[in-house]
Amino acid sequence: MIQNLIFDKRFRSIAFQIILFFAVLFLFYWFAQNASDNITARGDKFGFDFLNNSSGFSILPTLGTWLFDYQVGKSTYLDVFFIGIVNTLVIAFTGIFATTILGFLIGIFRLSNNIVLKFFSSVYVEMFRNIPLLIHLFFWYFAVLRAVPGKREKIDVLGSYAGINVTGLYIPKPLFFEGSGVFLISILISITLAFIMGSYASKLRKDTGQQLPVFQINLGIIFIIPLITFAFLTLKSGYPIELQVPEFKTDGPKLKQGFSKNAGMSVHPEMIALWLALVLYTAAFIAEIVRAGITAIHKGQTEASLATGMTKSNTLRLIIIPQALRVIVPPLTSQYLNLTKNSSLAVAIAYPELVSVFAGTALNQVGREIEMIFMMALVYLTFSLITSLFMNWFNYRIKLVER
Amino acid sequence: MESKYSFVRKDIVNEQPPPLTQVGVTGWLWRNLFSSMSNFNSLTSSILSILMILLTIWLVYFCGGLLYSVIDFAIISAVWSDPDGIKRKVCATVKQGGDLPADWYGACWPFIFAKKKFLIYGRIPTEELWRANLIYAGLVLGMGYIIWEKGQGRKWVGLFMLTVFPIISLILLTGANFKINNSLFISTGVLFLLSFLLGYFSSRNFLGEVLEQFSILFNFISLILFSFFVLLVLFSIDYGLEPIDTLDWGGLLLTLLIAITGIVASLPFGVLLALGRRSNMPVARLLCTMFIEFWRGIPLITVLFAASVLIPLFLPSGADVDKLLRAVIGIILFSSAYMAEVIRGGLQAIPRGQYESASAVGLSYSQSMRFIVLPQALTHVLPGIVNTFIGLFKDTTLVSIIGIFEVMGIFRAASQDANWGSHVQHSTSYLVAAIVFFVFCFGMSRYSIYIENKLSRDNK
Repeated sequence: MIQNLIFDKRFRSIAFQIILFFAVLFLFYWFAQNASDNITARGDKFGFDFLNNSSGFSILPTLGTWLFDYQVGKSTYLDVFFIGIVNTLVIAFTGIFATTILGFLIGIFRLSNNIVLKFFSSVYVEMFRNIPLLIHLFFWYFAVLRAVPGKREKIDVLGSYAGINVTGLYIPKPLFFEGSGVFLISILISITLAFIMGSYASKLRKDTGQQLPVFQINLGIIFIIPLITFAFLTLKSGYPIELQVPEFKTDGPKLKQGFSKNAGMSVHPEMIALWLALVLYTAAFIAEIVRAGITAIHKGQTEASLATGMTKSNTLRLIIIPQALRVIVPPLTSQYLNLTKNSSLAVAIAYPELVSVFAGTALNQVGREIEMIFMMALVYLTFSLITSLFMNWFNYRIKLVER
Repeated sequence: MESKYSFVRKDIVNEQPPPLTQVGVTGWLWRNLFSSMSNFNSLTSSILSILMILLTIWLVYFCGGLLYSVIDFAIISAVWSDPDGIKRKVCATVKQGGDLPADWYGACWPFIFAKKKFLIYGRIPTEELWRANLIYAGLVLGMGYIIWEKGQGRKWVGLFMLTVFPIISLILLTGANFKINNSLFISTGVLFLLSFLLGYFSSRNFLGEVLEQFSILFNFISLILFSFFVLLVLFSIDYGLEPIDTLDWGGLLLTLLIAITGIVASLPFGVLLALGRRSNMPVARLLCTMFIEFWRGIPLITVLFAASVLIPLFLPSGADVDKLLRAVIGIILFSSAYMAEVIRGGLQAIPRGQYESASAVGLSYSQSMRFIVLPQALTHVLPGIVNTFIGLFKDTTLVSIIGIFEVMGIFRAASQDANWGSHVQHSTSYLVAAIVFFVFCFGMSRYSIYIENKLSRDNK
């Protein structure tokens, strides 16, 4: 009887799994037991009620603090948590946007037959891939942004519309007046119209074979409708949107000199350094992905497409890019996730994103290690889950249909 | 015969030299530079060509300027020596109390020379440096021998470097002589003897058919217990070495130590996790997948924070885990998840026929994995493993954030040293840090590409 069971493959596998399951369960039980003992020993108890306590530290003013109206002593640790998430997302989205453009450019440069571009992009990729992100970050923060002129001086960027000094980058701020809502709606309408136009043109092409110059028409739609609205609104009640240029005081009392707080927008040097480091570093990886994706497409595809009489731009648009994207998109999304995760390096220069503000400052004050690290891990796991869901969906959509 | 064509050439035309745009320097220039910017056939291509010309000129100007400023910073304007030992003032401008002109901006090399010892060894006492030097020498010789292709028995050297060498290094660095409980010795020894005897007798069929099935398991367990016992003995012997506190380890030595420990320890875990994720057993698969996705989903910083605050909490009170060890445990867990994914890629590349024929000739699961699948899979993903190692090597910089002084930690501390405080302190530190990491990572990535090419040629 026992002999039969032991030689039975299914029984063995089930027995092994049961043992494994209980071993893991026991390990977790042991951890939990120790943790609860240790927490009780220091006279504390497990729970998330600390989230309602008010926080006692100040946070660098950013989008997050503005959204949640952060006030020291009034806002709760839950607010701090959300501020961290918002600041992480701000860096992630703006960074992803810029790094995609830069990465694609450099990746395409590396395939160009212009030796200067090729050399530049190879050197760029090797330089940035082989140096740790932390060094990039420190370089931008300590060596560059701390070396710009002090509080009472500035370097002009874009003429005198923007300027930079040690307190940050000051850029024009859009001010919305009467009619700005109408203007924004007109932009939305024109984009919607462009989409409708695109699908109409593709339907027309499929039904009758007639091709419309979609690109030119859509360009017209997107620019002309908002322009007309803008002109109309301006004639009616003055500019609906104006740019408020940052103000730089060189006269008056010495303490009041420098950029004024009332005009324009400012970006903190911490954010600029983190953003630059993440964008430039990730772009090197994206460039390699793009290059690999494009070289993965067999030369015969281009030749066959040209032989069937397609134009060069159509070959690129309809043959090469769709196939290259199939190779490019999955590793690209994981680079996006990497960028988001790498934004946690902000803790080294104290930009208030999730890890820095919640697992750093707040953890030091509250001391609820398990709960806080659990919450933080949950946020990052959610990001990675969303990414992998997207990837699965994308892989399913572009899957080769074999006949 | 009179031709009906008005003109037929009778004599052979002399060969013309190829057009200038095809051969020689001009041909090369044409192909590699001007062909991308000389298409003026249509409006779009003309615009593109003009943009390309502008971009090329700008890039040449920009890169040239950048290159010049780096060379100027590092060599031409740099301060090279500090003969009078005046430290800070040697790199200070007139405004800061030194002798250099007000707009001076160059590297301060005496500052780096002064920190040389910290960068290489950390704060290990000078009279104990020979121990660190011995480790460096072993590392260089061992690695050199593995890379040298004509060497005999490279496999054994590799095995030595992966197993014995780390133990020797750790003994050298810590000085061993740990006070280990006698009960731990005795229990390990007794358990080892027990499992060894069980394995010995069961494999010779003294204990019945049922237990014979488990003889491999018993032998495996006794091997592990034996290695553990040997380690305990080795680390409890007094070699007469001064103990060095782990907080004094630092610099390049610590970076290499963390990276190598991380990769060596993550390999076996990675193999197990990858096999688990591909196994037919749902519980094992689920657990392994969850483990891998959990560690891959969170940033390393979080892992390091969690390791430094949670490990003491999860262990019985009184169990004191060293700060460095906590960070290393975090890194091992993190990198084994990445390693598992790399190895899984290799396992997936092995055709089904290999698994099937292995079981068809009667090999058990562990045998088919050991002799057929894993050797192929691991060779396949060798470049991937090297890439993971490069990533890990770069990631070791993050432990400086939790206050461990590996290379980056030393540079951070150095760039804040008031004795050398000047406006070029940060730039000089980070330039050197960048060069150090670039040399290591670039070298490894080239080597990985070389291996990749060699392997792919062998496969053809």
